[in-house]
Amino acid sequence: MNFSYLDHASTTPLDSRVLESMRPYLEREFGNPSSFHMLGKTAHDAIESARESVARCLGARSSEIIFTSGGTEANNLAILGFARANSAHGKHLITTAIEHHSVLGAFEHLAKKEGFEVTYLGVDEFGRVSAAQVEAALRPDTILVSVMMANNEIGTVEPAAEIGLRVKGKGLRDFPKFHIDACQAVGALEVNVVKLHADLLTVNSAKIYGPKANGALFVKQGIKLEPLMFGGSQERGLRPGTENVAGIIGFTRAFEIATEERALESARLTRLRDELIAGIKSVVPKVRLNGHPTERLPNNANISFLDIEGEAAVLYLDAAGIEVSTGSACTSASLDPSHVIIATGVPYEVAHGSLRFTLGRGTTEADIKKVLEVLPGVIEKLRAMSPVKLDEKYLS
Amino acid sequence: MILHCVQDDNRYLMKPDVVGKQGAWFYTDAVKDHFFNPRNFLHGEPSEFDWNGRGQVGSPACGDMMYMWIKVDPATNRVADLKWKTFGCGSAIASTSMMSEIILRDGGMTLEAARKLRPQDVMAELGGLPARKFHCSVLADKALRDAINDYYFRSGQKEKVEVEAARMVDSVAKVTDHDIETAVLDGCDTLEKVQSRTKVGSGDPSCLAAAEELVRFYREKYFG
Repeated sequence: MNFSYLDHASTTPLDSRVLESMRPYLEREFGNPSSFHMLGKTAHDAIESARESVARCLGARSSEIIFTSGGTEANNLAILGFARANSAHGKHLITTAIEHHSVLGAFEHLAKKEGFEVTYLGVDEFGRVSAAQVEAALRPDTILVSVMMANNEIGTVEPAAEIGLRVKGKGLRDFPKFHIDACQAVGALEVNVVKLHADLLTVNSAKIYGPKANGALFVKQGIKLEPLMFGGSQERGLRPGTENVAGIIGFTRAFEIATEERALESARLTRLRDELIAGIKSVVPKVRLNGHPTERLPNNANISFLDIEGEAAVLYLDAAGIEVSTGSACTSASLDPSHVIIATGVPYEVAHGSLRFTLGRGTTEADIKKVLEVLPGVIEKLRAMSPVKLDEKYLS
Repeated sequence: MILHCVQDDNRYLMKPDVVGKQGAWFYTDAVKDHFFNPRNFLHGEPSEFDWNGRGQVGSPACGDMMYMWIKVDPATNRVADLKWKTFGCGSAIASTSMMSEIILRDGGMTLEAARKLRPQDVMAELGGLPARKFHCSVLADKALRDAINDYYFRSGQKEKVEVEAARMVDSVAKVTDHDIETAVLDGCDTLEKVQSRTKVGSGDPSCLAAAEELVRFYREKYFG
């Protein structure tokens, strides 16, 4: 059976060009970048070249890029590392209710175990947080603000540059500093640390057709961080440990490709996405688009189907060769439904019935057509089995 | 399809629990069969089905909801027919479908026998469910008990109704025995885990002995 993989927000297949770039470092060029012989030097030069390239893509300096084992580590390093190093300047932190778990978890730890106070900003019905909200929450003892550039679940794009501008306050004050989780934005939106007014910024490889468990943290010159790990001088001492050379090379190549192809690919995905959304609305009754109608990632269609439960729909679609994910409680480890959809103010039932379609490089018209053929029958069958008939007021 | 079963006192639960937010559930073939071809669900409206007992449990807000209608033959006290509707996940649908099949076998179980059927028995016939999905199969069990009670009530046999009234365990933190039951079903197998989930004892520490007793009771009831 031909599979329509529509879960790119979870992870992406490895691009063949990326695999080719990694091959030498998985085979002959196995040196440790810290070694003094030729083999080590080749590896060292490769990762420094990669560092320059990533920096260029982000509008940053080479010395401002720290390679990590992915987005979660980068987010933790940014948040825990910054808070611990700068707590003498204040212990108030600001973030949003819809951040990725790696961000929320880090803030939660600081609040529960290290005496920090965290303000979680709410979002509107589309999942947007406003610059005015952020500004209103600032206090003299605020040292860090963290807002994601685009949400992984509902696709809403946040006004990050505007928020950054307000947070920096015309550069007249030293704190707070501004962190952006840009994991879902690379390849879809322009990610330039200068335009975004970012002091810290997270990117990761698994969402951009690169190897998993790779990522980077942009740390603006002058920002003090405490490392999470100790025992080596790699990555300016902020991330000791022998580097994952092949992973870094692959991640960088993926980043370059994503940046180069962004404009065309985003336009292509936007067209397919809108076709999918409009198509679903026309063939399936009682549906609701979650997230902002226009300020959303080019590849994200998160839709709630009233009166049915998401995991059941995912399994039926999987059997038909369509792979998606859901915000239903039944598929989460914690048995809680998507905190993001709940934060937009809809009832639990609407979160439970949500399906997330995230398109990608390999997605074509044929995939969209397949969804529109298969989905109505699946939803109809599940609705026939369901005793629930929610009010249409939840629709949009 | 490989069944990951562990031979310990949790015979009917599949370990390890390998599911993450976007992970794959290791469902057995039996579960998948009942999920894709559910038996006995109600097409159309309840008014079109000749029932004399009706049960309801859960709410869509917590992600699970079940309605069940039974047709009891008063002469034999057997469940002659049974229909259900559910708002729930694959495990909930499969469990209910399998349970309905068990109940209706050989001309239908008597009400006494139906009341003795436990979620573990349904799970055994399904070949097991992932540990985290166990509570979904309990939904059908509760809906059936509700339907049986309803039949007795409607047929003037009120003395046969078995009510599970919620008993307050911690009156300050407002934790009932049902809350503890739910916590145990969701995998909290020690008092500490139940405390962390329900906050029982945080308002009234003197109730912890009774709470521990209940944790043991529900563990034995559902996992024994």
